[in-house]
Amino acid sequence: MTDRHATTAAPDRRRPRPWGDPLFRGLAAAAAGFFLLLTGAILLELTRGSSLSLAKFGPSFLWSTAWNPVTGDFGAFSSIAGTLVSTAIAMALAVPLSLVIALFLVELAPPAVAKPVGAAIELLAAVPSIIYGMWGLFVFAPLMSDHVQPFLSDHLGFLPLFQGPPMGIGMLTAGIILALMILPFITSVMRDVLRMVPPVVKEAGYGMGSTVWEVTRQVTVRYGARGMAGACLLGLGRAVGETMAVTFVIGNNHRVGTSLFDAGNTIASALANEFAEAADPLYLSALVELGLVLFLITFAIQGLTHVWIRRLERSAGRGL
Amino acid sequence: MRETVMRRRHARGRKTVDLAVRTAASLAALLGIGVLVLILAEVARRGAPALDLAFFTALPGPPGVAGGGLANAILGTLALTAAATAVGVPLGMLAGVYLSEFGRDTRLGAAVRFCVNVLMGLPSILVGLFVWTVLVVPFRSFSGHAGAVALALIMLPVVARTTEDMLALVPHALREGALAVGAPRWRATLIAFKAARGGLVTGVLLAVARVSGETAPLLFTALNSPFWPRSMSEPVANLTVTVFQYAMSPYADWQAKAWGASLLIMAAVLTTSLLARTFARERT
Amino acid sequence: MNATRPESRPTPPLAPRPQVADRPVADRPAAADAGAPPKISVRGLDFHYGRQQALFDNNLDIAANRVTAVIGPSGCGKSTHLRVYNRIYQLYRDQRAGGEVLLDGENLLSPSTDLIELRRKVGMIFQKPTPFPMSIHDNVAYGLKLHYRLGKGELAEAVEKALRGAALWDEVKDALDRPGTALSGGQQQRLCIARAIAVRPEVLLMDEPTSAIDPVATAKIEDLIEELKKDFTIVIVTHNMQQAARVSDHTAFFFEGRIVEFGATRQIFTKPVHRQTEDYITGRFG
Repeated sequence: MTDRHATTAAPDRRRPRPWGDPLFRGLAAAAAGFFLLLTGAILLELTRGSSLSLAKFGPSFLWSTAWNPVTGDFGAFSSIAGTLVSTAIAMALAVPLSLVIALFLVELAPPAVAKPVGAAIELLAAVPSIIYGMWGLFVFAPLMSDHVQPFLSDHLGFLPLFQGPPMGIGMLTAGIILALMILPFITSVMRDVLRMVPPVVKEAGYGMGSTVWEVTRQVTVRYGARGMAGACLLGLGRAVGETMAVTFVIGNNHRVGTSLFDAGNTIASALANEFAEAADPLYLSALVELGLVLFLITFAIQGLTHVWIRRLERSAGRGL
Repeated sequence: MRETVMRRRHARGRKTVDLAVRTAASLAALLGIGVLVLILAEVARRGAPALDLAFFTALPGPPGVAGGGLANAILGTLALTAAATAVGVPLGMLAGVYLSEFGRDTRLGAAVRFCVNVLMGLPSILVGLFVWTVLVVPFRSFSGHAGAVALALIMLPVVARTTEDMLALVPHALREGALAVGAPRWRATLIAFKAARGGLVTGVLLAVARVSGETAPLLFTALNSPFWPRSMSEPVANLTVTVFQYAMSPYADWQAKAWGASLLIMAAVLTTSLLARTFARERT
Repeated sequence: MNATRPESRPTPPLAPRPQVADRPVADRPAAADAGAPPKISVRGLDFHYGRQQALFDNNLDIAANRVTAVIGPSGCGKSTHLRVYNRIYQLYRDQRAGGEVLLDGENLLSPSTDLIELRRKVGMIFQKPTPFPMSIHDNVAYGLKLHYRLGKGELAEAVEKALRGAALWDEVKDALDRPGTALSGGQQQRLCIARAIAVRPEVLLMDEPTSAIDPVATAKIEDLIEELKKDFTIVIVTHNMQQAARVSDHTAFFFEGRIVEFGATRQIFTKPVHRQTEDYITGRFG
């Protein structure tokens, strides 16, 4: 770089600055390198921290349903299952709803409604999860136990999923709260994606004699498929690792239940609840191993996102 | 083009489906938005009564005794956020500069970009866990330092990504113009920084908003404390962990305080985000 | 390069009289072809973007199975005018059209018009190619599936016919399941033409269809237009005067939202009546 301006300034007047650019570049590279170091260190520390548990339980940690701090027997199954179930509920509710809201904001609502509501949704995406946790525990859980759960028991009680005492807190409540938390987040990304579809492509769709729904389903959504898949996976990543919104309302129980009304736990909620109190090294190690599992799950989700987006790009032309 | 007759499809069915979907979409959208607004309104309704003068000026009372405030936690949260910003913003920005100015097509750039993505998606409780293993265990004490570092680590990838994106928006001609009159690379970058100012401020504010509402990474780093924050090498009181502990307590007064603290956190985060949005608008 | 040299093409006796804007025109629409009823008759068309009026009292007759070119400097309202014919403007809330546009004698601006059917009858090609994010086959089948009940064989047949009609079949017949977006710009535009003609419209609207396309591909599309007018009534907006001269039978010159002059293309390009038309044609402005 330095030789580039050597010709422009008069050589006798030029202040030599041989260290400025290399230093700047070095600093920036060091900061960038720190990210590599950090990522490596996190993986390393989580593995090191769980060495006791890894040595004692081996791979059976993943499917063991035990969780007994007194006898020192630990297994991750209930936490993994709880994480997956609560996330699945959240995604099943939040993805269609956010798609519909984004569609409403971009295609259906008059600008006088769409603008402020869109801005409000973006703001809501910034509300900390602990707020959702508070609301879930004090407002929503009583609502669930008084109205929603009895209703579900009455009408769908023949399914094991909806049996058991209506406690208010539990897997279903946690899933719904999670859904509400990731809803504004996914919605605002989807809205951006829908808005980026070039108007002329939509016009071409309408020009063929399509209805709003047909253009949305067959043209807009396909056009934005990549971005929307990204939005969903970002939401998934958040839901999987979310701590506070879940910890308040899931009931924190290591038993594996068959009903969605049962109290359960997720990896994140188990960590939040038990970590500060755990004193026994093996107990702590088992908790850190839970963290390692969560790390690997989020890592896998990101890997999948990457691969899936690639595949989507390649096969964008395949039939419906 | 004389041709075989093609059987027409009636448009009536299509229109009915369209109308049904549009109605359902509008209703669902209103419902979803309604619930979200309801949540905010409920937090405001329940939190407002707790926000008296003592809330902002006094220390918490002993468990079960009504009265007192959360002044220590307010102060602590401010201190933790400020410390995290002081560490996270410069470091994140430098990394963003590397990605946008030097590491466009380098292997280090690709690797760093990958790590930024991984860290962005990392659950914040794992950041807490990591900081616990490297800063709490060795020093045998929960500490404000650990809490601030945990928050800084959460800010890092956000700031790095925004910086890279914002600098990428600055036209190359601007940098080249600077280089052409003989400015060194770092000065050219400074000019790009100036051009991207609005976006960068927005990014930083959003990162601050994000960490100031974080609870999980503080649970086993800064922990919480009923006292005034005196030193960053001790546990430091903060609002979010206080909300968690108070909400789970059996005392009505503590639960009311938890609502008050929730409202305060929410208001702070929303104000910061709003501010970020105004900066973003100024840019365009 | 100018195909309409006056010496080579004498004005036929049926040539319409030119229409001049500053004359009261509401009761005397410009007639393109005497005799056969016009495919589209525009009567006193006004158009507003919000408060701003973009079209003023447009009157025009579009002859069936002819190519009508709409020319004029940018911002003169030619695209706006075209976008009324299939009411695509209605996607935007602040856009309003007043007056009448008769398609086979029926006012398509009437609120009772079935937009789905209107847009099947009146297809549109846009300035930039707009392949949908799906395969070549599905792009062409898109409208067919919307408007017709077809068996598998019938669908394949109709798709092939449309692609042949757009002179694209030979280039893509072995790659029907490749993404439409992977084609070259010119091919994409012909794909869009295939997609539009597949549903057997009566009118084809082309809004500067070659402005984003290289000259060779443009020539192909111009040849195609010549071919297509056997089956369709074509209205083409273009900023390229040579193109208008080459492909069209009638030409309307727009200026500041008004139709300054309308008549047979050769007459407009050789003996324009109005001064503004002449200035534009000879490149003195615009």
